[in-house]
Amino acid sequence: MKFGVVVNEGPYTHQASDSAYQFTKEALAQGHEVIRVFFYHDGVNNGTRLTVPPGDDRHIQNNWSQLAKEHNLDMVVCIAAAQRRGILDENEAKRQGKDADNIADGFRISGLGQLIEAGIQADRLVTFGD
Amino acid sequence: MSEGMEEGGSIKKFMYMNRKAPYGTIYALEALEVVLIGAAFDQDVSLAFLDDGVFQLTKDQDTKGIGMKNFSPAFKALGDYDVTKLYVEKESLEERGLTADDLMDLVYEDEDDDWAEKPSIRLVSRDELKAVLADQDVIMSF
Repeated sequence: MKFGVVVNEGPYTHQASDSAYQFTKEALAQGHEVIRVFFYHDGVNNGTRLTVPPGDDRHIQNNWSQLAKEHNLDMVVCIAAAQRRGILDENEAKRQGKDADNIADGFRISGLGQLIEAGIQADRLVTFGD
Repeated sequence: MSEGMEEGGSIKKFMYMNRKAPYGTIYALEALEVVLIGAAFDQDVSLAFLDDGVFQLTKDQDTKGIGMKNFSPAFKALGDYDVTKLYVEKESLEERGLTADDLMDLVYEDEDDDWAEKPSIRLVSRDELKAVLADQDVIMSF
């Protein structure tokens, strides 16, 4: 089965990102395809490499980055939602005249069209959020 | 939308569920952004408004006091984007002391028929909405 995954909440405040991660990991382990993970609303905050959770807690962003590396996952952060919330890659930082970027490994910034496209191409689009 | 969509196979039924009040959180605004972008993909699009989401369609919204942009006029543009099916759940209206008269007048031009302006809002019961949802391919909930 081809899955698309949508993450609509940020890390730690809400379980959505953890649940989406567990779902994605297990779907891949069972041999399913995950064509894209799309981060929207506060979900874009999963894509900053500047999070520093306590050492005895799970590292949500690292988990995602690791999973992306292992499975060549396409993880997309919505550009409009990201700009509102201060998630930038190098290009965007330059374009917006900001002095730093913070996108984590494995994430890329793109438009909402990627979400719609995931809905069209996936057999199931699974949303995690409120 | 055209008849080709049943035959085409590549056109899916997209349903955007709007369940939250227009202000207080960003969900409603960012949901509308998805709908507007999604309109460019020529899919079969429906919107549902239920729970506090029915407040998104109320007329005469005035946001001056809270320093937020009133984005409700954007709903009037949906018809021009071929987004013409806005299901509003009756029970959600009633539970909040609202009636259809409290909602904006949203219309679309019927290009497939007589080019007349027709209402986009369709009042449905909870059970009717259930049936509409069961018929969808992709449901995004906000």
